[in-house]
Amino acid sequence: MEGLVLRKLGRRFGTFDAVRDVNLHIKPGEFVSLLGPSGCGKTTTLRMIAGFIDPNAGSIELDGKVLSDPSGSLPPEKRGMSMIFQSYAIWPNMTVAQNVGFGLKLRKLPGHEVKQRAGEMLEVVRMSHLADRYPSELSGGQQQRVALARAIVIRPAVLLLDEPLSNLDANLREEMRFEIKRMHDEFRITSVYVTHDQAEAMVTSDRIAVMNNGRMEQVDTPYALYTRPKTRFVASFIGRTNFVSGTRTGDIVDFNGFSVPVGQLPEQVTAGPVTASIRPQAMRLSASEPHDGSGIKLPGSVKQSAFLGETWDYVFQASNSDAEFKVAAPPADVHEVGAPAWLEIDPKQIVAIQE
Amino acid sequence: MTSFQSTSVEWSGETPVPQKLSWFQRLQPSSLLWLFLAAILVVLVVAPMSMLLVTSFTDGATGGWTLGNYVEAYGHERHVTALTNTLKMGAAVVVLKLLFGVPLAWACTRTDMPGKNFVRYGVFGAFILPPYLGAVGWILLAGPNTGWINRAWYALSQSSEPLVNVFSFWGLVLVTSIGGFFLVFVFVSTAFEMISSEMEDAANMLGAGPVKTAMKVTFPLVLPAIIGSAMISFLGAIALYGVPALISIPARYPVVVIQLAEFFSFPLRVEVAAAYSIPLLLITMSLLGLQRLVLNRKGYTSISGKGGERRLVKLGKWRWAMFGYCFVVVALAVLMPLIVLLMAAFSKNWTSFSFDGLTLSNFYYVLFQHSSSQKALITSVSVGAVAATAAILLALCIGYIVQRKLLPFSSALAFIAVSPFVIPGIVLAIGFYAAYAFPPLALYGTYTILVLAFVTRFLPIAFTTSAAGIRAIHPEMEDAVRILGGGRLEAVRSVVAPLLKRTLAGGWLLIFVPAAQELSTAIFLVGPTTRVVSVVLLDLSEEGQLETLAALGTLLLLIIVAVVAVGFRYLGRDFMLRRQ
Repeated sequence: MEGLVLRKLGRRFGTFDAVRDVNLHIKPGEFVSLLGPSGCGKTTTLRMIAGFIDPNAGSIELDGKVLSDPSGSLPPEKRGMSMIFQSYAIWPNMTVAQNVGFGLKLRKLPGHEVKQRAGEMLEVVRMSHLADRYPSELSGGQQQRVALARAIVIRPAVLLLDEPLSNLDANLREEMRFEIKRMHDEFRITSVYVTHDQAEAMVTSDRIAVMNNGRMEQVDTPYALYTRPKTRFVASFIGRTNFVSGTRTGDIVDFNGFSVPVGQLPEQVTAGPVTASIRPQAMRLSASEPHDGSGIKLPGSVKQSAFLGETWDYVFQASNSDAEFKVAAPPADVHEVGAPAWLEIDPKQIVAIQE
Repeated sequence: MTSFQSTSVEWSGETPVPQKLSWFQRLQPSSLLWLFLAAILVVLVVAPMSMLLVTSFTDGATGGWTLGNYVEAYGHERHVTALTNTLKMGAAVVVLKLLFGVPLAWACTRTDMPGKNFVRYGVFGAFILPPYLGAVGWILLAGPNTGWINRAWYALSQSSEPLVNVFSFWGLVLVTSIGGFFLVFVFVSTAFEMISSEMEDAANMLGAGPVKTAMKVTFPLVLPAIIGSAMISFLGAIALYGVPALISIPARYPVVVIQLAEFFSFPLRVEVAAAYSIPLLLITMSLLGLQRLVLNRKGYTSISGKGGERRLVKLGKWRWAMFGYCFVVVALAVLMPLIVLLMAAFSKNWTSFSFDGLTLSNFYYVLFQHSSSQKALITSVSVGAVAATAAILLALCIGYIVQRKLLPFSSALAFIAVSPFVIPGIVLAIGFYAAYAFPPLALYGTYTILVLAFVTRFLPIAFTTSAAGIRAIHPEMEDAVRILGGGRLEAVRSVVAPLLKRTLAGGWLLIFVPAAQELSTAIFLVGPTTRVVSVVLLDLSEEGQLETLAALGTLLLLIIVAVVAVGFRYLGRDFMLRRQ
């Protein structure tokens, strides 16, 4: 198989399973994020891809060649990859240009070519004017640009990024997100990006692999991940959501206070108990009973409200059940707390999940 | 994004043929390094210490097992007395060193005492001045008949009894103390610098006065450093050879090291010497264990990281009194012995010093006429330099493997590397003699055995220095080299080594200075052609050639000061006055 393949990958530290049965196929040129809370195994997975950690189970293959399996691993220096680290790991004893040129020098390129290619790369990350500076004279953002240049200049087979933005302040982080995206669009290097920040993952990635407790929960495009979460963890980790539980009898799914014909749901539902996720954006709040649309309509009242600038966050209390819903509304939709209201739910966005 | 649809990968499909990697591709040089380092440590530490133990149970004549050596070693009252004398002397030295070191450390770090730099340089001079030269200086000062102080006393008081006598228990204690309180100063002042005034302010806010704050907050916080330096002081005091060799024999106060030297003189009884030194080793080991126990139970790990802002204690009218005390300590430790030593070095006859009698002939004699002193200077400096370099390189390798947890059981390497810390130099020498002096190796009297023993002796300093340096380098710095294609050795060469340059150079100097002066480890290992300066100095003292001795000592000091000055130039003054 072309690209990077993780096959039933597992790693155990003592009695703790850091990574269990991880399967992932990253196609050439694809940008995939490993997203999850701290301790979910994403960094361990990345360091296994890099060759710093050996797997206990499964294998890592690149373009059909096995890099790691439990019988042994190709050391990191023979994998032709490069990596961007959380601590930047810019060598303080070398200038910016020397840092960027180091990987080329190791590839035994002639001196003038090292200089030229490092210079071009610094141009790309807009750091040419600082080429002769030492890292201690650079800001965090500049150091991370150097790290980016240093990693990309060797045209690695795979680029690994280990929470590269977590030490930067918020504005810089946003700028660097797009910088990384721009680099990827320009060079199309197969990339694996580890982060716990969903916004970072969504901006940069073609696909996101959500990890939890050492397992891969779901691998999908950012859009699919948000609109079609497969598990409770994914639904709640990516954005906010409402969980409703119900039961399918015949062709009807009965939820608490409302029911939906099976055919209207976006996904197949088996008979028996059902849990579904409904995003706050999949619902609309109105002061009077809406007459248009085919949505599910529930009477009730506004229980809480918070204005976030770009949206309103409401909590809606249904009157025919004890169900509460988090609802997002545009700034112009103003509702008083305690006022009667109607909730309209788009059945196409009621996504059944696995418990 | 459209090109990557959200389909999961089909695992039932094509399965690539796993390409097996050859063992060569998987090989990492560090695995071999571990074995290599372990082998070196066996040569340096494990073999000599095992041979010491084995020899102590070996019958010298038959080669069989015996307890006779222990009977011989401890069956004589005189031998047991030497051991108890040593412990008494060690305890007294600890007290005196603390009395010297702790107030000076406090005054230099926490008060507005004037002349702090003078005191710091003075303390540093005490580190540079070898203990046996300090002892010679004090013999010139306080010898009962001809010492400067006593001659002045006789002239003033018409008395026939000496005012002070260096050849006494307290003379031995004083001279031993002035050489070693440097370490107390360094340890304790480092601890003082870690205490921020905020901790003391917190106590003040809760209603504690200055005295109560000092007793309840400040003092307990530096107590671990005091206990640690007391422990090192004791080890240093009981293991020191030079000072007792010069003082305790005329003082008729036998101590262990002198007894050991007697076993090593004709008739040579290595087995008895080994047996006699085992209890000494047990004492130092249990002391270290005790120290660990005390400090661990109290949970004294609060002093860590950078201290906050520190306000200096205003001493007011006591400023000069404090400086006076510091001056007295520096004078006793460095100024007085050094001045009389220099006077002797430039005199034809030290007892009748006059400006007319000034001469350079002692130096000429030492450098060009004396049979062994010129060669001894070269030997001392080169053995010291080679040993310091080897110890630092070895410690760097071990420290790297341990800090990076590269291989299983690497902490065992660390343990062995620091273990010579509890081995008195003279005991180490007996172990080396037992392991390597006899055929087939027959290394006795070679430069090789000297260098090996010195490396072992200073390995703990080298290791703690290097390990601390490596700890300060983020492992991702090396990961970055490796992922770009560099390999471990490349990472060490291009990143770790350059970043550690200053730390390692500082460590090298910390080893070179004592190594170039080392006596205890050398005394049983030097042969007729490999004598180091310290050994020649001791011989000169026995021959009564104090002027020649002073001149040779001055030359050794000059060389060391020159090397240290170069170090200061490149590393800054602070590198030695801090605990690394």
